[in-house]
Amino acid sequence: MNRYTREQMATRVARDIPNGAYVNLGIGLPTLVANHLPKDREIILHTENGLLGMGPAPEPGAEDADLINAGKQPVTALAGASFFHHADSFGMMRGGHLDFCVLGAFQVSITGDLANWHTGAKDAIPAVGGAMDLAIGAKNVYVMMEHLTKKGESKIVAQCTYPLTGIGCVSRIFTDLAVLDVTPQGLAVVEIVEGLSFDELQRLSGVPLIPQRSARAAD
Amino acid sequence: MINKIVASVGAAVADIHDGATVMIGGFGTAGMPSELIDALIEQGAKHLTIVNNNAGNGDMGLALLLKHKRVRKIICSFPRQTDSWHFDALYKAGEIELELVPQGNLAERIRAAGAGIGAFYTPTGYGTLLAQGKETREIDGRHHVLEYPIRADFALIKALRGDRWGNLVYRKTARNFGPIMASAAACTIAQVREVVNLGDLDPEDVVTPGIFVKRVVEVPAAVKLVAQPGAAA
Repeated sequence: MNRYTREQMATRVARDIPNGAYVNLGIGLPTLVANHLPKDREIILHTENGLLGMGPAPEPGAEDADLINAGKQPVTALAGASFFHHADSFGMMRGGHLDFCVLGAFQVSITGDLANWHTGAKDAIPAVGGAMDLAIGAKNVYVMMEHLTKKGESKIVAQCTYPLTGIGCVSRIFTDLAVLDVTPQGLAVVEIVEGLSFDELQRLSGVPLIPQRSARAAD
Repeated sequence: MINKIVASVGAAVADIHDGATVMIGGFGTAGMPSELIDALIEQGAKHLTIVNNNAGNGDMGLALLLKHKRVRKIICSFPRQTDSWHFDALYKAGEIELELVPQGNLAERIRAAGAGIGAFYTPTGYGTLLAQGKETREIDGRHHVLEYPIRADFALIKALRGDRWGNLVYRKTARNFGPIMASAAACTIAQVREVVNLGDLDPEDVVTPGIFVKRVVEVPAAVKLVAQPGAAA
């Protein structure tokens, strides 16, 4: 089966982030998006530990232990960057100032519920970080994930079985098979990887999807 | 004359009592007041409740405090990391209580304590496990959860420079929890890389005004630390 590579997924997400946007990229797969933002757009990256205007990783040897991202990796600060404390940083999310966040997920429901912090397993040590704040705070919540689990189960579900991060918070889902919008009518297909039919996507997803044409007609 | 400068980290933490609630600044190791924590380990206070974003990294600072079994309870947002083995072992053995708080709620609960807010409604966490049993209210068509302040007996924080009035400036993303924790504790102790004369800090640049700080202790920068990649937030 044809799939988007991780780099193609990152490129696709980046295409949907407009010039001038304030954006938070989650840990893991979403971090890749930073490398694919179109060069002709000025996009300001937010990292929740207290930096707007985050730049790329420093040259080897130039790492600064006081200048890190949410994943605790060394980063740089661009000209125009600003530092702030944690309450301000999360006020930027909760207060609706952040235009986009891109998060990974275990599951997303057809109504946009997100599960991405805890498997619920009894022996697992839970950790949540800023996931719940981003989920309810950013104006647009993009999810970037593989469409299927390693066992082939759909990560797009009628109802999340993992503990929730946020309710009805996801606006668009980018997977290795398709791009889907959460709409009041249901999950609408925006595009499908080349060579995969709508019927096949729907079968793999296991939930009702709205095909592209009618999705467009509904606009 | 007001003089908040304390001669040593040992003197700075000498009166932290058993059972105290202690906020510790830092996000991972950025902004972590490691020398103050080392002094606290040396001092021996136990049954502590610790407030920090994480639950220790590697074999330094907060992780060592945990290893020495001085901590009864930890309030944090992201305990599990690739290098949180001391916390992981205590948690699995049932030897430490964990209150897991979404990171923004943790920050705002600390800020609320410092600002004298009784409680606040926030949309973060509504409908999730972390809001179970909490009061909720619909405000302007949106569901909110009632959250209470977190205040502390002591806060241990790290800043770049401080003066004898307790004014502080920070360095880059090591600022993180410092300013809000400083306001939320009855006694805030700041370790600074450099103590400067009154007037050397431009009032326009002061991040934490001295009113929030009780003690300042100079700890010159040691060897350069390099961030450990791979540990999640």
